[in-house]
Amino acid sequence: MQQETVAPTDKPVEERAHVVIRFAGDSGDGMQLAGMHFTNESALAGNDLSTLPDFPAEIRAPAGTLAGVSGFQLHFSSLDIFTPGDQPDVLVAMNPAALKVNVGDLPANGILIVDKEQFTELNLKKAEFSDNPLTDGSLDRLQLFEVSITKLTINALNDMGLPTRTMMRSRNFFALGLTSWLFQRDIETTLRWVDKKFAKKPEIAEANRRVLKAGYHYGETAEVFRTAYKVGAATIAPGRYRNITGNAAASLGLVAAARKADRPLFLGTYPITPASDILHELAAMKGYGVSTFQAEDEIAGVGAALGAAFGGAIAVTSTSGPGICLKAETINLAVSVELPLIIADIQRGGPSTGLPTKTEQADLMLVMYGRNSDSPVPIIAPATPADCFAMAFEAVRIATRYMTPVFFLSDGYLANGAEPWRVPVAADLPEIKVEFRTDPNGYYPYLRDAETLSRPWAIPGTPGLEHRIGGLEKDYLTGNVSYAPMNHEQMVRVRERKIAGIVREIPPTEVNGPAEGDILLLGWGSTYGSIESASRELQAAGKKVTHAHIRYINPLPPDLGDILSRFKHVIVPELNMGQLVRLIRAEYLVDAIALNKIQGQPFKVSEIVRKAMSLLEKN
Amino acid sequence: MSEQSAAGKLTRKDFVSDQDVRWCPGCGDYSILAQVQRLMPELGVARENTVFVSGIGCSSRFPYYMDTYGFHSIHGRAPAIATGLKASRPDLSVWVVTGDGDGLSIGGNHLLHALRRNVDINILLFNNQIYGLTKGQYSPTSERGKVTKSTPLGSVDFPLHPITVALGAEATFVARSVDVEAKHLQSVIRSASEHRGTSFVEILQNCNIFNDGAFATITDKDRKAENQLILEHGKPLIFGKERNKGIRMAGHRLEVVELGNGIGDSDLLVHDREDAALAFLLSTLQPPNFPAPVGVFRAIERPTYDASMTAQVAEAKAKLASTDLDDLFNQGDTWDVE
Repeated sequence: MQQETVAPTDKPVEERAHVVIRFAGDSGDGMQLAGMHFTNESALAGNDLSTLPDFPAEIRAPAGTLAGVSGFQLHFSSLDIFTPGDQPDVLVAMNPAALKVNVGDLPANGILIVDKEQFTELNLKKAEFSDNPLTDGSLDRLQLFEVSITKLTINALNDMGLPTRTMMRSRNFFALGLTSWLFQRDIETTLRWVDKKFAKKPEIAEANRRVLKAGYHYGETAEVFRTAYKVGAATIAPGRYRNITGNAAASLGLVAAARKADRPLFLGTYPITPASDILHELAAMKGYGVSTFQAEDEIAGVGAALGAAFGGAIAVTSTSGPGICLKAETINLAVSVELPLIIADIQRGGPSTGLPTKTEQADLMLVMYGRNSDSPVPIIAPATPADCFAMAFEAVRIATRYMTPVFFLSDGYLANGAEPWRVPVAADLPEIKVEFRTDPNGYYPYLRDAETLSRPWAIPGTPGLEHRIGGLEKDYLTGNVSYAPMNHEQMVRVRERKIAGIVREIPPTEVNGPAEGDILLLGWGSTYGSIESASRELQAAGKKVTHAHIRYINPLPPDLGDILSRFKHVIVPELNMGQLVRLIRAEYLVDAIALNKIQGQPFKVSEIVRKAMSLLEKN
Repeated sequence: MSEQSAAGKLTRKDFVSDQDVRWCPGCGDYSILAQVQRLMPELGVARENTVFVSGIGCSSRFPYYMDTYGFHSIHGRAPAIATGLKASRPDLSVWVVTGDGDGLSIGGNHLLHALRRNVDINILLFNNQIYGLTKGQYSPTSERGKVTKSTPLGSVDFPLHPITVALGAEATFVARSVDVEAKHLQSVIRSASEHRGTSFVEILQNCNIFNDGAFATITDKDRKAENQLILEHGKPLIFGKERNKGIRMAGHRLEVVELGNGIGDSDLLVHDREDAALAFLLSTLQPPNFPAPVGVFRAIERPTYDASMTAQVAEAKAKLASTDLDDLFNQGDTWDVE
């Protein structure tokens, strides 16, 4: 392979601690791809990073319209960072619609790069501009760079005889090349990807290579950009890293856990945004002992998984909120027959179909209580994309140890967002002990373990343990159908006690900040980064503010009551109308305050800081 | 207990569980249970390798009475649960027991997809054309105009024909038998168990409480010979007490003809289990104008879902240079921080 490393710039280079860049264009413009490659280049440069893809639910909304705008935001830094950034420092807008949707987020003096050729009368009309913003003075507050991306892309390719449509598809790589120069990223890894991806289409590979380099060289040679920027490597714990999304990390966690349990992994599922990537990831890992079953519907997905659990597999179903509604009856069956089952709920905006591609944390009450009768199910929630690995692994451990379904409660932001992940060493991961019952002596299907209260896992194929399970209430010991009043109460109580007992294995809650003070910011799930950043900002300003983040929601951590009692105020920021806050108020009789955002977008750090400050000022 | 598990030495009693059977006295389910329990020891499958999965309804109590592994699940979902079990444990013999409500109403989608996938499971659908467990509402196989508690003026919708549905779903084994025809029922279920792929058996079953005599035309001793067409692969379609009637093609339709007067066996259709079009035509026949066919409508060979899935996993494994977790973790672009 030819050596593609590009020379460092001769222009002045300005050092920046951290930068937020947003690529925005039509959903057909390849903005997600450009963003992904810029992310990889930044990761290889040693930056800490956090990403936020933001795309429409429609695969191809009408080109050039406001509804069709797709964006990808990346925060890369020489410092520890936790969020994709409140607002971009740099915006790349590939057409007027992308400009219109995003320009309001740019601060004064922010860098705006636009594809000049796309600002035609027709495109301006589609984007509902009455005047051309490039000429009407409305962008004067910004550093505007008008680049002829379309023309330069076509110029780079015009001797290849490619159709215009094909040439236009490479525009995203011009933008990528240009921004790679602007921040002095090495494009070699992207060029390698192009060679591999288009190995069978050498023309397309050549086109993308040319355009990427054209963009890079344009930055260096054209008298448009006076300076380049550099964001140095962050201080990161030593080890091997790769960039990972939440869904990819969850998939790896499940495979790792199944291997550590020495059992095959079975996924029964139905495609749904934003959970489908778990199916795609696992379907590509068959060689590691993974079976994936794309069912006819959500109900069959979880049904097949439960059948596989009966047979002794590590069984998983993946979905989003609408799918949880459909799976509720089968999850309840799993509660009743006490079989291990992992239910991954990758939350999205609702109700109903809602905002399929946008994030929300509004399924907490659904997974907590959304089944008929008293039906306790453990709930755990990863806090960051990389944390999805550890929590998916933990879900398998709890499910098999306690013979119970377990909710792995992630969301669209974690699922599609990426961050550097320190690659674990397989040998360092704990074993998951799965023992099937084989001894017929003294066997009863519901004979419980004295410590965990879990029943034995006796799988078909084991001689002498033939038994029947089902959704009817069963005798406390034999598992035979029983409608006896006291037996039912005993069974309801023991199912409750079994799940409550998991509390003994919950590790200490992560508390960042002083152990007591004025405000505790209590969070769960994907709000981790925003809350942590806000908490640090407040602490730096001398405020007595602490951030506690829980990964275990049912049961709640044993130390949480004590933590809550040490603060004058408790604020619970959530991307819903207030769900954890209700559990906290009910469980601990604490006057916790809700901070809610329901816009399909993560919290901005400033939104949390403002809430805390207003509370501090009042008191 | 392990010596009992050796296949071949077992008897009917080994498959009878210790639970009291709680169907109504006189229910057709008793006969079906008895035939299955009689047949099991002859199939050569160990008790512990046999699993019965059911949904909800009278028929779905079936697993409780079999001393095998069993799973009484939720309404309509047995085919999905059985599919997951068989796909992940191809070594097991997996049976689904369902009814006309469970299998064709609430669980219709799962039944269709289990059939098209050709998972190697055996589905026994007890069709009594009524909802029994909920005490007598009409079902998706009830005849139009059915007067029940939920349809006091008669039902206004048209019924599904289970065999036609199964054929439409590309099932590779489709058969019908009758609860009281002990020998025939046993032989059909035996063929179903021997078939590799999804086997679908509709069992006409009398509900003596809510729909008594629904199949009397087909099952009464003095009427059945005139109203039952016993399908045998490679044999002409002949029926009647005197075996003097047959079925032949008339254009695109079937017609009943009397043998004699120049019409002989060679004029009749010969049953061919691999002919999908013939199976479909036969599935539409019913009294009073035609006899009701019983036996195997269709049996063809196709790769099974479970075997294909297992093979894919094995092939993918073989293609990998290493199945170490560490290699999996380190895929893609990685970088080292010192």
